[in-house]
Amino acid sequence: MKPFRSVALCAIGAMIAMPAWAQHDHHDHESHESGAAQAAPADPHAGHAMSSPAEPADPHAGHSMPESAPAEADHAHADHGAEATDPPVRGPSAAALSGPDHAADAIFGTAAMAPAREIARQEHGAITSGKVLIDRLEAVIGKGKDGYAWDAEGWYGGDIDKLWIKTQGESRFGEKPESAEVQALWNHALDPWWNLQAGIRQDLGAGPDRTHAVIGIQGLAPYWFEIDGALFLSNKGDLTARIEAEYDQRLTRKLILQPTAELTFSAQDVPELAIGSGLTSAEAGLRLRYQFVPEFAPYLGVEHERAFGDTADFRRARGEKAGGWNFLLGIRSWF
Amino acid sequence: MTPRIERRSLLRAGAIGLAGLGVTRAFPAWARSGTAGLVPAPVPLSGEDIRLRVANSAFTVGGRTGHAVTINGVLPAPLIRLKEGQVVRLHVENALDEDTSIHWHGLIVPFQMDGVPGVSFPGIGPRSTFVYEFPVRQSGTYWYHSHSGLQEQQGHYGPIVIDPAEPDPVAYDREHVIVLSDWTFLHPHQLITKLKAEGGYFNRQKQTLFGMIEGGPEEGMSAADRAMWGRMRMDPTDIADVTAATYTYLVNGHGPEENWTGLFRPGERVRLRIINAATMTIFNLRIPGLPMTVVSADGQNVRPVSVDELQIGNAETYDVIVQPAEDKAFTLVAESIDRSGMARATLAPHLVMAAPVPPLRPRPTLTMKDMGMGGMDHGSMAGMDHGAMDHGAMDHGATAAGSHSMAGMNMRDKAMAPASVKVGVGVDAIAMAPVDRTGDPGLGLEDAGHRVLTYRDLVSLTPNPDPRPPQRTIEVHLTGNMERFMWSFDGEKFSEGVEPIRFERDERARVVLVNDTMMTHPIHLHGHFFEVVNGQAGNYPRKHTVNVLPGGKLSFDLTADAPGDWAFHCHLLLHMHAGMFRVVTVRPLDGDGA
Repeated sequence: MKPFRSVALCAIGAMIAMPAWAQHDHHDHESHESGAAQAAPADPHAGHAMSSPAEPADPHAGHSMPESAPAEADHAHADHGAEATDPPVRGPSAAALSGPDHAADAIFGTAAMAPAREIARQEHGAITSGKVLIDRLEAVIGKGKDGYAWDAEGWYGGDIDKLWIKTQGESRFGEKPESAEVQALWNHALDPWWNLQAGIRQDLGAGPDRTHAVIGIQGLAPYWFEIDGALFLSNKGDLTARIEAEYDQRLTRKLILQPTAELTFSAQDVPELAIGSGLTSAEAGLRLRYQFVPEFAPYLGVEHERAFGDTADFRRARGEKAGGWNFLLGIRSWF
Repeated sequence: MTPRIERRSLLRAGAIGLAGLGVTRAFPAWARSGTAGLVPAPVPLSGEDIRLRVANSAFTVGGRTGHAVTINGVLPAPLIRLKEGQVVRLHVENALDEDTSIHWHGLIVPFQMDGVPGVSFPGIGPRSTFVYEFPVRQSGTYWYHSHSGLQEQQGHYGPIVIDPAEPDPVAYDREHVIVLSDWTFLHPHQLITKLKAEGGYFNRQKQTLFGMIEGGPEEGMSAADRAMWGRMRMDPTDIADVTAATYTYLVNGHGPEENWTGLFRPGERVRLRIINAATMTIFNLRIPGLPMTVVSADGQNVRPVSVDELQIGNAETYDVIVQPAEDKAFTLVAESIDRSGMARATLAPHLVMAAPVPPLRPRPTLTMKDMGMGGMDHGSMAGMDHGAMDHGAMDHGATAAGSHSMAGMNMRDKAMAPASVKVGVGVDAIAMAPVDRTGDPGLGLEDAGHRVLTYRDLVSLTPNPDPRPPQRTIEVHLTGNMERFMWSFDGEKFSEGVEPIRFERDERARVVLVNDTMMTHPIHLHGHFFEVVNGQAGNYPRKHTVNVLPGGKLSFDLTADAPGDWAFHCHLLLHMHAGMFRVVTVRPLDGDGA
């Protein structure tokens, strides 16, 4: 190290001898584009420092990356392309693995360090957080069918595993909910965008209240479509499915148009629930919301809902229409 | 060519008087507006025994008061002025009800004095005092901050200036410290909660449909490219995680309206010791009308290089010399990297003077290079970048071709990463062709229209101390998932119980950082200076913190000469908190049998 220190001091001395650095102020920046070329003439000491220790190429380097060795040794003439050739990737040496696991324990004691280490571990990645999202809370205004509907979810947990609660339902004003359900799910992240969800669903609306086993996926599809799809197996053995998709189209930074679609399916007729087999119903919506803040956005919307096949027949048998348009007025909020 | 649009009315051009602000806050002398600059030691916090008290305080900015964690009651914390070669004892009293710590950022200290709880020491418990003691082995501009519980976001940071033992090679008549930081009235944990709840929560500058129809510099991306980014579930406007939506950017604790002012006499050589003490903000700093000569980076002298602007990552420091010749004021502008806001200060001969404040420039848009495809020799892609970024024009032919060739690509191809990278939930992309970006000026500054510092411009004033070539390479990937706000090295969060990065004492190794994400990460290694491999072989700049550009690859050579355990992390502190952290070990320790 000694010789290099003296070279360093020498360089500092050279700088002191120079007049004020202002003379560099009009330095042509273009020359920096080719940094190595500009650097070489500026400091004659640089060459000395680098040429003196010219060592033979590392014999190990030669084994895996033969072309890298000469360039590495020749620092004095290294250009950027050559220095970018790295020595071989290797694990730590035996000496690097020697000694105590934790250096600070020898000074402060394991009793003091172990709890601090655990806090440090948790504070660098083990974040738990939660969210409650009221995706829709809306008045539904249709022909002779004014009512309300909601769709909300909440979660709490870490990056990989979360408890996930969902609820949705609808009703006419002044009546017991026509349909309502709550799901309690274990949510497990599968990849950067998709989650597996499994748990139970309890129906609470009019008619027979079923309990279902749920397995589904929720996540973000390419092109930013939010997808939520699930299979439901009821305590009566009925298998149904539901898939929802929504997309946020920012018109401006606060005005967002959200098209949605939902399809429901059934593997069998369930007369007591007025469900027929196959595609049972479809819903398409369009909501325009204004985000005062991301957490609060009132919206206007329209939605078309219609039943198909036997489900439509069940509805007609009850004197209802198979489908129709609704006007929506609601809020989206989260915290 | 690029139209400049004024987007915020907050920062009006022209002088803003100090009257009526009613500022009654406590500032250390150097951080007071109208300061004549630093005075030489002895100052209150110099000498061999320095007392610091960490406590809760109130902090007021922009007419609003919030809770802060401060040192000796001031924000920023007091300037500590030391002398190379002295020994210092820093008595740190914790008056909080929670643990605290102080890390001496950039100082070469024994590992047990480095101040990282759980790594170097147990932390400083509530109502207790810890005495740091170490020899001062260097000179330059450094800083100190908490390494506990995101307290830095709450105001726990301050500058350190160490005078050299030998005559200073940098000549100057006056010096000012410029501490840049970001302030929020939200608790730092609320920042995390919001980001976990909604990816890109603080980004209020996303592309829009109406914006696309109207055009303009921030929306100059074709429909085909928008679709391509959408297909990948990536947001080309995701430049900063936390933005002016919640931040007020500070210079020496002053918001833009409070206009911190540093004085000079025309003709003087003024040394600005610039420190980025922000939690989540990378700044683009310039002083319109006044070229800056960079003389030091991270406290280490470099050959003088004159620039008009520089990007400063979190925890980096730059010393620049400015020489205002005229009897007029200059505005120091530090835009956040996403251009959502700015820190602003004034250099003036008299306190009442101010200069126009330039409007914020348009937000940059990420390109294929930021996506890690910079190394792909593809003419149509290059054309697309320029079309989208530079002119707002839409070269439909080129973009369509680029998008087409992209359609079949897997942006998360595990085969493109070494086996050491765990490509799981926390990794949303792998850079396919990362390139050396040390010659790039930083995101959004490619077309600034004036000279912008790049790492390739930095040449150590003195030859590098260890001329041995590196004997092995350690490749570390910077990985993340923007949507879930997960950040890691090699796909694994520190909390998952990861293996340290291990070095043999005094070994010479090359660390290659590969940024698989689309964000710039300032990466900091404690306890060491490393040489940034930037083409200036033999005189590489020696740094403690280095910005790795998105889709980029950066190498540094390290002599692992500091035995002990050290922290290694991203200095975007919410990234660190989310898991982008490792312990680096250097063995054998002193006294260990070899």
